[in-house]
Amino acid sequence: MKHYQLVIIGGGSAGLAAAVSAYDNGVSDILILERDKELGGILQQCIHNGFGVHTFKQELSGPGFAERFIDLVNQKHITYKLNAMVIHLNDDKILEYVSPEEGYVVIKAGAIVLAMGCRERTRGAIAVPGYRPSGVWSAGTAQRYLNMEGFMVGKKIFILGSGDIGLIMARRLTLEGAEVKGVAEIMPYSNGLPRNIKQCLEDFDIPLFLSHTITKIDGLDRVSGVTIAQVDASMQPIEGTEKTFDVDTVLFSIGLIPENALSEEANIDMDPKTRGPKVDESYQTSLKGVFACGNVLHVHDLVDFVAEEGSKAGVAAAKYINEKLQSGSVIITIPKEGIGYIVPQRIQAINCDKTVELMFRVRKQYKNVELVIKKDDEVLRVIKKKHLAPAEMEKVILKASDVAECQHSLSIEVVEVAA
Amino acid sequence: MKKVEMICIVCPMSCRLVIDVDDAGAVLSVAGNSCNRGDIYARKELTNPTRMLTSTVKISGAIYDRLPVITSSDIPKGMMFEVMKALANVEVVAPVKANDIIVENVCDLGINIIASRSMERVN
Repeated sequence: MKHYQLVIIGGGSAGLAAAVSAYDNGVSDILILERDKELGGILQQCIHNGFGVHTFKQELSGPGFAERFIDLVNQKHITYKLNAMVIHLNDDKILEYVSPEEGYVVIKAGAIVLAMGCRERTRGAIAVPGYRPSGVWSAGTAQRYLNMEGFMVGKKIFILGSGDIGLIMARRLTLEGAEVKGVAEIMPYSNGLPRNIKQCLEDFDIPLFLSHTITKIDGLDRVSGVTIAQVDASMQPIEGTEKTFDVDTVLFSIGLIPENALSEEANIDMDPKTRGPKVDESYQTSLKGVFACGNVLHVHDLVDFVAEEGSKAGVAAAKYINEKLQSGSVIITIPKEGIGYIVPQRIQAINCDKTVELMFRVRKQYKNVELVIKKDDEVLRVIKKKHLAPAEMEKVILKASDVAECQHSLSIEVVEVAA
Repeated sequence: MKKVEMICIVCPMSCRLVIDVDDAGAVLSVAGNSCNRGDIYARKELTNPTRMLTSTVKISGAIYDRLPVITSSDIPKGMMFEVMKALANVEVVAPVKANDIIVENVCDLGINIIASRSMERVN
């Protein structure tokens, strides 16, 4: 069985960044396993711009951002295999993959970085009533067809869900000559970035129906129409508020789920809130020597932050391989009132250089509130926030010295301030 | 004088801008931006709004049949569909390098359409 110092599962932004930083930190025996026919992951279909503002101080398209990292991987002669799908992973860090070139291969890794990304929630996940005609797509699949394969998925389109992919597809399909009749969002606020509401919907006068959902999809062979209705506070459609649209295509942009079949198979502890592995300050999972980063860990809004997390996981994997990663006393992070989750879920202060970064999302929209960070039960910091929304990931950077003094936990909560 | 609020679309940070505009429509000050590009965006958006445009053109001899392309800089918002039309019949042959000019001076805007990525020749 062939042995590699470091195996990275997934050649998208997280995996490529992890490979580059592990190499720069002294690991040369690296293998990236990518299931698609080229490196770059989902970036290759995200042809819009806005990537790289943090990482490269420049605004790039998705493929342009990917190429920067692919060039680095090639310059460093890091090995990768394409069309290589990892089918099993066990807790001895033994991986099984298949590829057309090699067939079935079993390898052993000294360390592993999980960078498998996420997949889209589908129509089935939310049980939309109606017929089952052709013309119903997840937004990301439609994006790949349009931007990479060169096929239009339809001419008259309705989109359910105001996630970023849905918004970006609304603009993209409009520019390509389709008529996008509207976007419905079940929540009373959008789940996409504000800039995408502006430049993808408002620029093209595409209506956004907040607190609405699809109640029926019509059509036997092909979608022939869609009915939406307003929902009440408990998300139930309100009778008499129905609107119908004459469309041939429905896109779903209703959220992303970290793709963790392999992590679960290896019995890695999962966080039910992020649906990704629980990790420590070094992005190490419950399985020693196995790290996780990017959308497989928790779904991000910005690829820049995915790559940054990948870099950090790569550094940590290199430390582990060079036996510099330590085990110390562990504290946990607790998402309290208003906070959906916190990554990392546990921290060993001994491995923190100068700072510790906590990433989290709030559960709902807030205006003029305070984020209160507590060390054990003592208030460590209070941050005033004019605006918080679940669609925007928040970060707090704490001093490692503060964390070192902590006995059992760090917590974050949202506190409403009296006006 | 009046205050105009808008969301900066330059990058995904989506900064919330507050702009002071005088009665003649001239921008007096921009606040709420995290970087200088927010200032530039706010002034442009209120006078001559522009957008970056991304699309694809047909390519042969590459791993896929579409080459992603991008405007070399922002174009007037009202010209987006004109530029899309100009790209409809463009065909290129692999190999292409990232930033290669695919269409020069598109629609006489003084702006080029450039390749977003490299695409090698494949058999």
